[in-house]
Amino acid sequence: MLVIIGIPVFQILIIGFAISTDVKNIEVAVYDPSNDEATNRIINQLDASKYFNVARRLKSTSDVDNEFKKGKTGLIVVFSENFGENLYHTGDAAVQLHVDTSDPNHGQTVASYASSIIAGYQQELLQETNIPIRINPEIRMLYNPEMRSAYNFVPGLMGLVFMLVCAMMTSVAIVREKETGTMEVLLASPVKPVYMVVSKLVPYFIISWIIFILILLLSVFVLKVPITGSLVWLNVFTLIFIVVALSLGLLISTVVRTQVAAILASGMGLIMPVMILSGYVFPIESMPPVLQWISGIVPARWFNEGAKKLIIEGVPVRSVLKEMMILLGMAILIITISLRNIKTRL
Amino acid sequence: MQKNKFSILNSQFSIIEVEDLTKSFGAFTAVDHISFSVGRGEIFGFLGANGAGKTTAMRMLCGLSKPTSGKGFVAGYDIEKQPETVKKNIGYMSQKFSLYEDLKVWENIRLFAGIYGLDGKLISRKTDETLKKIGLMNEKNALVKELPLGWKQKLAFSVAVFHEPKVVFLDEPTGGVDPITRRQFWEMIYEAAEKGITIFVTTHYMDEAEYCNRISIMVDGRIEALDTPRKLKEQFQANNMDEVFRKLARKARRVENGELRIENDGLGIENGELRVENDGFKL
Repeated sequence: MLVIIGIPVFQILIIGFAISTDVKNIEVAVYDPSNDEATNRIINQLDASKYFNVARRLKSTSDVDNEFKKGKTGLIVVFSENFGENLYHTGDAAVQLHVDTSDPNHGQTVASYASSIIAGYQQELLQETNIPIRINPEIRMLYNPEMRSAYNFVPGLMGLVFMLVCAMMTSVAIVREKETGTMEVLLASPVKPVYMVVSKLVPYFIISWIIFILILLLSVFVLKVPITGSLVWLNVFTLIFIVVALSLGLLISTVVRTQVAAILASGMGLIMPVMILSGYVFPIESMPPVLQWISGIVPARWFNEGAKKLIIEGVPVRSVLKEMMILLGMAILIITISLRNIKTRL
Repeated sequence: MQKNKFSILNSQFSIIEVEDLTKSFGAFTAVDHISFSVGRGEIFGFLGANGAGKTTAMRMLCGLSKPTSGKGFVAGYDIEKQPETVKKNIGYMSQKFSLYEDLKVWENIRLFAGIYGLDGKLISRKTDETLKKIGLMNEKNALVKELPLGWKQKLAFSVAVFHEPKVVFLDEPTGGVDPITRRQFWEMIYEAAEKGITIFVTTHYMDEAEYCNRISIMVDGRIEALDTPRKLKEQFQANNMDEVFRKLARKARRVENGELRIENDGLGIENGELRVENDGFKL
């Protein structure tokens, strides 16, 4: 009863209040070579809005190029030199808004919010000075200039598919043996549980890899998503994630006793968090801090972030080292727990 | 109730030796200090009402569950210290049908024989031999799920003794099987026993109990009677095993107290009362 009533209530609360596709708390980096009154006011207004949070000052144009690859920034504001001077003298000043549009909807929203804040400032100035000034925000879309949603959903979808194939299928396959009784016969045989488990996991591991390669081929040749990063590392990274998903399936199968329970556990416990908390549908930076923190334990979140960097941004592997280490750590932890469980429970 | 003291030394005569074997789950004692021994080639019937502790006792002997206290030796190996060696020397047929339904008949044999480390050539030769003997040669390439239940049980038994174990544990092997197939099944059991395989069998059918060399009857986790069917009938002044069983089962308090029973898997309605049973992992 608690489950039947609790789950919808929980979902409504989470989806309705906590999670939204709204843009919030976007980290902004600023390159401001002119550093005058006008630029400072714009920066302050950005910072004061609930959408943006000016986090970093960049020192050079080369910093601008590298900023997105660090992964945290959602918007870079680049002012031209002598911004304020130009504004008052020629009535014309340029500012560039660099937006990460690997998620097109999100990127567009960021760009339009930032533009409207700048436009608001322009209005203020017009009233103060009565000079016909104009600020021209020039929006630059990075990583996905054509604004194609495939760029965003391919990595997200991969996370979902692997959870489905690896975790759900594995747990169902193992639990089915418990239900039919073959598990008991296997346990009464000299086979070590570890070998039994490994032989159950290997087919799903191979299937997942094949699926991964299929998704990649389809993405590149049908959806025309370029893979800009290293293919080898993308494979390594994905295989680590697959291992995490498999071990989650194994963990579920050590706990539950029926196939229905296995499906419920992997559906509610894995697929739903992947949909909601991995950043696939709802941007993580818009979530309240508590949910952001919770999303940290969802493996797909890290896969999503890493895969996006590797596929779309084409960063070198050291930029996804953190994600890789987190996934690796999760894999080791989950496998240890499940192997300990197997002995007593399976 | 037999009160023998055994030692490993006389294990050449007995293949299973159990002394004060106990399994508790929390405050509940499923198996309460049972002691018995089973000789080589013997057909040993292990009887008891649902919830008496049969399956729990059998699981301990198969190395599937660790005893809380007491000792047990199967084929000369300590069930607590050497469960892996015990497993190599036994065959096991569980209460549920336990072959892979989606595999063919010969594939099931191949799989389980392989698990017990039999050599590939030997397996293929013996597969045909076995299938001929149980009359399933024509079904060699059939999927197991296509077979009738009785045939499946015969096949499952053949698989359990395929690697010629020293002991084979059969947990209610003939449940739901028609009388003719049951009869054939027991012929297979006799044949295996003649080859020197010890048969340890639980059953609910009292006519089957008569086929056993010796019988133990468990009540409330204890062995209340252990002897040959003939002597048991004399002892309890009964005409058949059914009567013996009912006289003993009447003593059972677990049913009357309506306690939660920890015995085997599943949920069932029996004698009009709902019984929630689990296999002893959770309480």
